[in-house]
Amino acid sequence: MNIDNIKREFPIFDDKIQNNDLVYLDSANSSQKPRVVVDRIYDFYTKEFSNVGRSVHYLAVAATNLYEQTRVSVQRYINAKDKDEIVFTKGATEAINLVANTFGQKYLSEGDEVLLTELEHHSNYVPWHFLRKAKNINIEFAEINDNGEVTLEAIEKKITNKTKIISVSHLSNVTGAILPIKEIVQLAHSKNIPVLIDGCQGAPHLKLDMQEIGCDFYAISGHKMYGPTGIGVLYAKKKWLEDLPPYQGGGGMINEVKKEGITYGELPNKYEAGTMATAQVIAFNESIKFMEKIGIQNIEKHEKELLDYGLEKLRKNNSVNIIGNPKEKGGVISFTIEGVHPHDIATILDEDGVAIRAGHHCCQILHDKLNLPATARASFGVYNTKDDIDKLDEAINKCKKIFNL
Amino acid sequence: MDLKDLYQEIILDHGKNPRNLGKFENYNKDAKGNNPLCGDNVHVYLRLNENKKVEDIAFEGHGCAISMASASIMTDMVRGKEEKEVKEIVTDFLGMIKEKDSLETNILKDDEKTKLMSLSGVKQYPMRVKCATLSWHTLTSALDNSDQIVKTEE
Repeated sequence: MNIDNIKREFPIFDDKIQNNDLVYLDSANSSQKPRVVVDRIYDFYTKEFSNVGRSVHYLAVAATNLYEQTRVSVQRYINAKDKDEIVFTKGATEAINLVANTFGQKYLSEGDEVLLTELEHHSNYVPWHFLRKAKNINIEFAEINDNGEVTLEAIEKKITNKTKIISVSHLSNVTGAILPIKEIVQLAHSKNIPVLIDGCQGAPHLKLDMQEIGCDFYAISGHKMYGPTGIGVLYAKKKWLEDLPPYQGGGGMINEVKKEGITYGELPNKYEAGTMATAQVIAFNESIKFMEKIGIQNIEKHEKELLDYGLEKLRKNNSVNIIGNPKEKGGVISFTIEGVHPHDIATILDEDGVAIRAGHHCCQILHDKLNLPATARASFGVYNTKDDIDKLDEAINKCKKIFNL
Repeated sequence: MDLKDLYQEIILDHGKNPRNLGKFENYNKDAKGNNPLCGDNVHVYLRLNENKKVEDIAFEGHGCAISMASASIMTDMVRGKEEKEVKEIVTDFLGMIKEKDSLETNILKDDEKTKLMSLSGVKQYPMRVKCATLSWHTLTSALDNSDQIVKTEE
């Protein structure tokens, strides 16, 4: 599959949006969906629908097989040792909540520390905050440097003998910084501390190899990986999934239910209570196959080219200030324009079909540190082109003109 | 939709150089408001005299051109008015931003109405309506002595 023609695989680009060709630069928020994913959902509901893992009729067995095939695809894609290490969730948020809740229940008590970083998304802070309230634990934040990076040294500085788990982002959704997660895991493991990686921004853009990274937990968002909404993945080493208590109770996750007691099901059912987002899981298989067809190396190369081009272009644009300058950076450019609030930028750009995001991007801790209430953010996906960046630059110029800059 | 409707000269002017910005001493009513979606916030301070007249009013905060201009124009407009009149203006303004085509109150002069109507462009931008209304809700909260922080999300 040739990446230069990839836009045509995405139906959203077929028609004009508000009389404009869509310039979609909001993939860090959520990616657009290729036709294969959309079609898969339609086909499943129209020709193959049944609930999974329960009934014995033909459709139920076929749907169960399809559902489990996605698990195998995810296992292959991230190089997990065992398919039972793949737990489907409603999103990365639920994946992190699952770990915070179950790990917190079993292993955290008053005075223990959870180590995060200042650039975490709220979804990798709020679930731990619940434990701060419930169990009187402390939350520490490894600091960002002037480039908007979190270094291994910054992590090391905050590790104490009370640190019980480290939970960090793979790739910042604001500065684009790629964290040295392999080194962080090695360091943490040398001190017997498990590590959770928030892979929301990592999984859609970077090669994933759980054996190489070595982390204990890795959270994935399906809808940022060209997949449907309502589906995420928690990768966890089998020893953790066997050791930790269940997260939610309900049908499908049990072994035997009696009045006097309950035993829980085997992996991975133990963590998949109730009817899951069946159609979405099945369609997510198409997203993975779609990315495999393009090749993650090609995706990385393409997005790096776009990033370099975008940075060069925007640096030349007077009064545009780019947030952060990490050495290892993914396809995210957050910026401000002196004299124009990010929300005004976003509204004006939208008028030309240039879709970006403005705000704190669910990273208020980071924005407080940067002393900025909000930023504008352009983020890339496989379908973006240099032409999209030219249009972004032109729209920024229009914005400056309206504000007499 | 036309950006010129949204970003009229008067909005840009008030957005860039907001009037009545900054806290003043001896205020006797105040309230905070924020927009959790975007992080914008505003703090309205006012002094009601014994006749329930707004002697002085100011605000602190940060936000987009629309929210700053709205707070700026609002504070200009309600200074010197009685509490009852202020509430009528607020209701009229919020009604206009949400659905009505024009302002109906007799309290405002025509040129004041024209000024306020410059904010009507946000109607075409549903996501931005909250930017224009935040300071107005916060003013109401200050008058009502509410301890609740006004949020645009409910």
